[in-house]
Amino acid sequence: MAEKLLEIRKLTVGFVTDKGLVKATDEISLSIRQGQTVCLVGESGSGKSVTSLAVMRLIDYAGGVIADGSIEYHGQDLALKSQEEMRHIRGNRIAMIFQDPMSSLNPVFTVGEQIAESLRLHQNMSGDKAWNAAVDMLRTVGIPAPEIRAKQYPHELSGGMCQRVVIAIALACKPELLIADEPTTALDVTVQAQILDLLRKLQAELGMSILLITHDMGVAAEMADRVAVMYAGAIVEEGPVEDIFNTPSHPYTVGLLQSIPGFEGERGRELYTIRGTIPPIGQLPDGCRFHPRCPHAMDICRQKEPFDFLVGDGDDHRAACWLFEDRPVALVDGRGGRDEVKRA
Amino acid sequence: MSTKVTLNKQTTGEAATEDVIIDVRNLKKYFPIHKGLLSRVVGQVKAVDDVSLTIRKGETFGLVGESGCGKSTLGRVILRLQGATEGEVIFNGRNIHEMGGKELRELREEMQIIFQDPFGSLNPRFLVRDIIGEPLRVHRKMSGKEIDERVVELMEMVGLDASRRNRYPHEFSGGQRQRIGIARAIALHPQFIVADEAVSALDVSVQSQVINLLMKLQKELGLTFLFIAHGLNVVRHISDRVGVMYLGKLVEVGETETLFAAPLHPYTAALLSAIPKPTPGRRQERIVLQGDVPSPANPPSGCRFHTRCPLAQAKCSQVEPLLEEIMPGRQVACHFPLVKGDSGGVN
Repeated sequence: MAEKLLEIRKLTVGFVTDKGLVKATDEISLSIRQGQTVCLVGESGSGKSVTSLAVMRLIDYAGGVIADGSIEYHGQDLALKSQEEMRHIRGNRIAMIFQDPMSSLNPVFTVGEQIAESLRLHQNMSGDKAWNAAVDMLRTVGIPAPEIRAKQYPHELSGGMCQRVVIAIALACKPELLIADEPTTALDVTVQAQILDLLRKLQAELGMSILLITHDMGVAAEMADRVAVMYAGAIVEEGPVEDIFNTPSHPYTVGLLQSIPGFEGERGRELYTIRGTIPPIGQLPDGCRFHPRCPHAMDICRQKEPFDFLVGDGDDHRAACWLFEDRPVALVDGRGGRDEVKRA
Repeated sequence: MSTKVTLNKQTTGEAATEDVIIDVRNLKKYFPIHKGLLSRVVGQVKAVDDVSLTIRKGETFGLVGESGCGKSTLGRVILRLQGATEGEVIFNGRNIHEMGGKELRELREEMQIIFQDPFGSLNPRFLVRDIIGEPLRVHRKMSGKEIDERVVELMEMVGLDASRRNRYPHEFSGGQRQRIGIARAIALHPQFIVADEAVSALDVSVQSQVINLLMKLQKELGLTFLFIAHGLNVVRHISDRVGVMYLGKLVEVGETETLFAAPLHPYTAALLSAIPKPTPGRRQERIVLQGDVPSPANPPSGCRFHTRCPLAQAKCSQVEPLLEEIMPGRQVACHFPLVKGDSGGVN
């Protein structure tokens, strides 16, 4: 198995308010291997984007703090690095693309300059060389007539083209890890299909890892090797993509998959719903954070927060749910990653 | 033209026993493009270009297409929230684009709209009670007490806690706000509701709650929906029939199940194959369309889809295909529809 590129351990990210630290993510653990695509799925407010900003250490600028835990990248803890040190990693070794392609580009620079900028900055390329590399990059992401397009401004390009430019900027320095935060949410389905195909193709060519953040279970099913489901700041289930979709274990994952409409022959049927709504951060219930909405809630769920338990036959599918306590599974000590799994 | 008239009869023929509530005939909506100091009109954006369709009483008609295809404009022109450039919208036998002030005012009680954005579509300075009660105050001679009773009734119908009616919209979540918009839309017992991307902004778990609510209300109140959405999964779940739009044109209309099972238009096929399905390991062969949707100000000649169509032939760039019924209940605007087997198609 490929080497671990990024290992997030018990990461707690929060925002300091008058009432103290409000936790946006609560001791989450996740690892990404080389060449792997890991999807972080969940609904709005579940902490997906905060996690990605923390890995990039952009959370510092968003007013948040990394309160606890570590983000190990090549054995170094990114949580302890200074912003100066992060600048050499960001955009160079780890790159990020955002949801809205229009607003992540600078309207007063041509798209060619914006791609060349990161090459000049990180790869010490000269002006001309960087420009030519930028044009090549536009060609790589499938923009027709790249020489002409490079001299155009973002407003002259369509949404799908802008997202290709954003991908070109992100991949210009051939990063090892690409963090894509809802990269296709603002796009139409046919353009989304183009962009997802492009990401897959470039991943195969460059051998990079992708941390893909999405709320669309369909996108996750198509892109992911592994899927982590987030709910109210915690990863409630994590495992290989087939396990998550074929044998979902956490009641939240089960509910999420069941409430997707549009399956053949189910037209007009009443859709499954998860009762209630996601609690705001800072107002989490006692015990399991999902128990007020859970159809299987037991006494222990109201009192004690569940650990991660292994589910299924393998040793790489975990769920934080008391339902799996008395199954033939192993107890994870604390809310740890799979490294810390000890067979019970 | 004569073929078109008979066509209209054909399509409504089957529906004749059921009531047709909305009959859209050759509807066009062009927006002029102004340029220069004198704002000369230099062109037209053909947002809706010669669209004909019928909606039957009690059904949900789903309208799908990518952004900029004209589906929202069509919905708004059907409600006469915007005037039509040409064509007719017959609602219960009367052309609503020829109505005068008083008639139009009465019409507003019969037709309502639910908007996409649960944040932008509610006045932040109004109490929820006033938002839901406003149509009653405008259209009905009801006392304050009667309005309040009706508001409580409406809020309970859409699953809101009526004791919260004296609060402002910002105190509600996105899903709850969408329920407020729905309560406002059904306040006057309308017959016809346009739901313009009504669940698109919601998370999956909330979305399914609102879809269930819409289906329940339809059953209880006998509503007819025009359900506009780009989310094909939602449309598939809720619609009886589906219309597919591309660049201002309706390219295919059919019963939901048959259309999803075997699309006739290459664009429909591409659109359906582009939906990511929540089933890993079965990454099916996908038709990935190249390029972007052309500008509706300068649409391609002939078939508007020919520039991106994987099956385009010479004829497609010259002759515009008309929306025709090629098998019972299924209309398509394509010279070479994707018909299966012996039905006489090319493919």
